[in-house]
Amino acid sequence: MVEQQPSPSISGFLDATAEVRRPLPDFAKDRATLVEMYAAMVLTRAFDTKAIALQRTGRLGTYASSLGQEAIGVGVASAMRPEDVFLPSFREHGAQLVRGVTLDELLLYWGGDERGNDFKGPRQDFPVCIPVASQFPHAAGVALAMKQKGEPGVAVAVAGDGATSKGDFYEAMNIVGAWQLPAVFVINNNQWAISVRRKDQTAAETLAQKAVAAGLPGEQVDGNDVIAVREAVGRALDRARAGEGGALIECLSYRLGDHTTADDASRYREEEEVSPRWKEEPVARLRKYLTDAHSWSKTDEEELLRSCREDVETAAERYLATGPEAARAMFDTLFAEMPADLAAPAEGLENG
Amino acid sequence: MAELTMIEAIRAALFRALEEDPDIVIFGEDVGIDGGVFRATDGLIQRFGAARVRDTPLSETVIAGVAVGAAAHGLRPVAEIQFMGFIYSAIDQLVNHAARLRNRTRGRLGCPMVLRAPFGGGVKAPEHHSESMEAMLAHIPGLRVVIPSSPTRAYGLLLAAIRDPDPVVFLEPKRLYRSVSEAVEDNGKALPLDRAFVLREGGDVTLVTWGAMVQESREAADLLADEGIFAEMIDLGTLKPYDRATVRDSVRKTGRCVIVHEAPLTAGFGAEIAADLAEHCLTSLLAPVRRVAGYDTVMPYPRLERHYMPSTARVVNAVRSVMEFT
Ligand SMILES: Cc1ncc(C[n+]2csc(CCOP(=O)(O)OP(=O)(O)O)c2C)c(N)n1
Ligand SMILES: [Mg+2]
Repeated sequence: MVEQQPSPSISGFLDATAEVRRPLPDFAKDRATLVEMYAAMVLTRAFDTKAIALQRTGRLGTYASSLGQEAIGVGVASAMRPEDVFLPSFREHGAQLVRGVTLDELLLYWGGDERGNDFKGPRQDFPVCIPVASQFPHAAGVALAMKQKGEPGVAVAVAGDGATSKGDFYEAMNIVGAWQLPAVFVINNNQWAISVRRKDQTAAETLAQKAVAAGLPGEQVDGNDVIAVREAVGRALDRARAGEGGALIECLSYRLGDHTTADDASRYREEEEVSPRWKEEPVARLRKYLTDAHSWSKTDEEELLRSCREDVETAAERYLATGPEAARAMFDTLFAEMPADLAAPAEGLENG
Repeated sequence: MAELTMIEAIRAALFRALEEDPDIVIFGEDVGIDGGVFRATDGLIQRFGAARVRDTPLSETVIAGVAVGAAAHGLRPVAEIQFMGFIYSAIDQLVNHAARLRNRTRGRLGCPMVLRAPFGGGVKAPEHHSESMEAMLAHIPGLRVVIPSSPTRAYGLLLAAIRDPDPVVFLEPKRLYRSVSEAVEDNGKALPLDRAFVLREGGDVTLVTWGAMVQESREAADLLADEGIFAEMIDLGTLKPYDRATVRDSVRKTGRCVIVHEAPLTAGFGAEIAADLAEHCLTSLLAPVRRVAGYDTVMPYPRLERHYMPSTARVVNAVRSVMEFT
């Protein structure tokens, strides 16, 4: 079976062996910037590892790991500005962390507590969107509000390859085009939608080409090259900010793990397919480049791993020590003001 | 004070809302230069411009979904679904997002949007244009469902819906758009949401209804009064959450209740009211609660439509039967 390989025409800067293929964009010449992105990817991976361990021991709900796709979330979010609004799928913890969502909030959310969506950092960012692709129309709406109010922001939504089969995705791209809204749609093409392969999802040669129908620019980038993701998203954001409308960016990557902790990928894919993909994964790639070009040392690496693990461990401890809200919380923020209809049941709960 | 039809009253409320709050935007299919297929937005684009009165591409998912996103980010969208028969692809957005955004973010992001849609039968409209599916929407926690039954209440309730910080579906009985007019003061005063309107007081039987069926219920009440049966008539106005107290108080007084709705019987909103009365007013009831409703059939095409729509005679007969119950 021939799998889609990131072809040379797909924009990337670092290839799978961390060789520089094209002149790097300015931000990628700065060691500190690269280290920051690298650290965010390492933190994301450490978080995924811990979250899976917590789920396996009954202390977290069903969890969707981003293993192998860390460059997408981190690349997207590091291209964004604070005034932009992020609308994530359920696999973009990396982006959420870069945006300022805390490890504690992520754990609360995946642990089944709505307080995890009450971000103290990016107050305008949307919570994770579970109904696939339904966040794209919201991004168009946020972009409309920004345009209408003369705000400089851009709405950025991310979803998977499977999401591009949904009407919401096309319909939202269409209005972004028709109204020239500042919205950028990013696809994390990890080649799988649970057990359905990318090639069975659509006969379209690329997902990026779906933008053509909406009159938007669409492009494929190597989603395992965080520099490429950040550069492409950055360009799209600049255009959108300049009033030139939205864009679609397809990031080619691979889902190295199960779909979620409730899934067993061995039911539908062979290990032989997965193992070569480990050679392309984004964290090792950037580490190699940092080592080769920026004297990233073994000590640097160990120190980073230690601090990421420590952050995750202490966040997990705080999460595990956090009790649930009072039961009546399910009533309290349903409406801005509680209707009379709900007052009695809310009271009843309190009185047992 | 001007005599306004319901559609004119709706337009007056939209006009005033756009004037008083710069964050209000109106969008939907053909709401711009065409003024909406029923003319609810007639002239608004000329006065407020194409940025605030927007023709959308033809997509109900996007109309509702863009409203959610825009509302969460500081606008107050008043969006139109051209006919309720096309609202279904927007329901995903209503159930999964509009109705729960405030709750799931623990109050961080709100969703102050109104989704207007004409609904109901009686105007010989084409297929898919005449159904009354309000109960489907009323089942959604976190969503308000408001239905006006006169020009005055359309004006006041629409203003209330627009000013409310939470999502409201505003269903407009299109049979009433032009069939009645009354003096409506365009004074910017909203009517209360979540409160029923007692349109007529009476001691013998409570008629609970909403929307266009207020017409048949009123005619029935007039005929019954000639027979010496005095009906108290309640227009719910807001279906979700509805004013249970007003309905219960009335039934405790009259001991009898007939619920009238155009929507199909089974799992219609009347079932909720009947259940509430059974739970809370059993000892006051002198007769079983009766429902006069549409049938559990697909809405017929215009030729058979009038046989589907609950008639004044059916309401009168239902009331007589509860009066005769011993
Ligand atoms: C509308 C909708 N249908 C079905 C599901 C169940 N579901 C959750 S994730 C998923 C696959 C999504 O695949 P993709 O869009 O490629 O994203 P990925 O999970 O690979 O990141 C499905 C079918 C859902 N959440 N939403
Ligand atoms: Mg996928």
